[in-house]
Amino acid sequence: MSKEKIANLQRRNFLKSGAALASVTLASGVTLMALSQGAAASADPNIRWGLLIDTNKCPSDCDDCVSACSNEHGWENNGLLTDPQWIRKVTLKDKQTGRENSLPIMCQHCEKPPCVDVCPTGASFKRADGIVLVDRHICIGCRYCMMACPFKARSFVHEKVEGQKSYSPRGKGTVEGCNMCVHKLDAGDGTTACVQACSASGNGAMIFGDLNDENSEISQALANYPSVELRDDLRLNLGVRYSNI
Amino acid sequence: MERIKYSELRSTPKLWGLLAILGAFIGAAALTVLYIEHHGHIVTGMNNQIVWGVPHVFAIFLIVAASGSLNVSSIGSVFGKQDYKPVARLSSLLAMALLMGGLAVLVLDLGRLDRLIIAMTTYNFKSIFAWNVLLYTGFLGIVAIYLYAQMARGVHSFALKTAGMVAFLWRLALTTGTGSIFGWLVARNGYDAAIMAPLFIAMSFSFGLAVFMLTMIGTCTLTNRRYAVELRTRQARLLGLFVAVVLYFTLVQHVSNLYVVEHQAFERFILLRGGIYTWLFWLGQVFIGGIVPLILLFHPRLDVKKGLVILAAALVVIGGLIQLYVIIIGGQAFPLEIFPGYEVSSSFSDGIINKYSPTYLEFVLGFGGMALATAITIIGMKILRIMPVNLSDENVDITQV
Repeated sequence: MSKEKIANLQRRNFLKSGAALASVTLASGVTLMALSQGAAASADPNIRWGLLIDTNKCPSDCDDCVSACSNEHGWENNGLLTDPQWIRKVTLKDKQTGRENSLPIMCQHCEKPPCVDVCPTGASFKRADGIVLVDRHICIGCRYCMMACPFKARSFVHEKVEGQKSYSPRGKGTVEGCNMCVHKLDAGDGTTACVQACSASGNGAMIFGDLNDENSEISQALANYPSVELRDDLRLNLGVRYSNI
Repeated sequence: MERIKYSELRSTPKLWGLLAILGAFIGAAALTVLYIEHHGHIVTGMNNQIVWGVPHVFAIFLIVAASGSLNVSSIGSVFGKQDYKPVARLSSLLAMALLMGGLAVLVLDLGRLDRLIIAMTTYNFKSIFAWNVLLYTGFLGIVAIYLYAQMARGVHSFALKTAGMVAFLWRLALTTGTGSIFGWLVARNGYDAAIMAPLFIAMSFSFGLAVFMLTMIGTCTLTNRRYAVELRTRQARLLGLFVAVVLYFTLVQHVSNLYVVEHQAFERFILLRGGIYTWLFWLGQVFIGGIVPLILLFHPRLDVKKGLVILAAALVVIGGLIQLYVIIIGGQAFPLEIFPGYEVSSSFSDGIINKYSPTYLEFVLGFGGMALATAITIIGMKILRIMPVNLSDENVDITQV
């Protein structure tokens, strides 16, 4: 890396930390605004982040991806119908053959997301790099996006939230869902908590990467092996693909 | 034949007593809103599967009825039926009041009520919800102008007719928008149908006229005014016709769905095996809200007497609320079909009928909206010359009908 680039990065980091410092002294709402604007500003329109999930490698008794997401973002599922679930394991049984398999479902980060279309205020939005997010500052909690989502990928926060993570703001009365660990991507980690957990478990069922980069691992895998998107009849062009369903 | 005269409602103990009761309902709803706002929606029966509940049933009923109640005005000034003109003012006032009541319930159920200003200032114009915000506020403005034109002296008949036509077209757009909130939800088997828009328009005709007639009869009884029997009978028969139209659209809705293989499981759920939803559909929506009112209004041996009209209109209202419950809650109770051909299970209710037990708070909020609409109507009649004084059969011009 050239000296100039390093200097630029250091300056950017300094500005980021300055913003963070400023935000500490301000009201909590302002803190979140600063973070969300920072995140949106760093989205690269040349990238489309995506996930490929190989259900053959996804054991039905493993939910490490779910636990990792829960820990990363601070949501908790205690079995209540009102509890949020950003990601869930679903067990499938073929009615004809009886074959069973298991897979995780989360926001599919559609290219043409119905949640974004129906949101009256524009709180549901898609970043330039294909990540579908909820702007918690203008979400009014109408839940129309939840009605429109074909994958039940969104949850409504029914009660006061405690133990929030500073990088993943949540709030009572707003809607939330998988954000593809946007804070990690913007920090340059290049992966998500669920994918890291899946790798750590040794299953390696999830591949994360840039769908626009033909040399990325995910693009190579998609090019060489058959995969499907859920509800392909809706032609939403999903960012999440599955193989071996 | 006398010229129709109008007067404000007089202050009577009965009137104030009624307003006090309505105030109690509104107050209870206000406290409920504060309670939900403080604790979150955890205190309601709504959850992450049934995201719209009883408040939405009430809110959409009131909004749909609002546009429908304006029909009485439209029939008078747009379609030139002279006998409807004496009650046109009430029709316009009621339309605004019902819409305000419905919108109040809708917005008071928002997760972030404090951000209402955002909903009114930040629009995503691809959202039918955002269109509806404009359609609803526009409706209030247009009907207010229409009511002014109906009441003011010296307004040219062309101006009145133009205002009436604009209001009529706007109300058609409004109900199309309300129906499309559901019709455009492609992901769910229970919705995703273009027929939702005309079905909602038919529902609005029926529910709106039923609410109008109940208001008219109630006010006349309360204030010792006359509701010309001939006019009441005509309106009751029209209500019967609207009830039949709703039944027709409901039939088409379900038969069309039955023809499409992917919707058949949903139809089996609603029509046959849906438990409470099947009962509500057949007994509540079709029988109580449809067939019984039709018999009451059209049976040759039954004269369309006041008591029967009240009963029929009340049943249309109850049946309408039930119909919206079946559409809104039933549509969400049926599981999303993400994996056709597979049995699915998960910790997030995949593959099972979603559970919903509304709490009393949701009903308090819904009834609060109804009470608000009624109170606005009464206050409107109290301060404006809305109600005709001498609406007798002799004074209703039926010659041009």
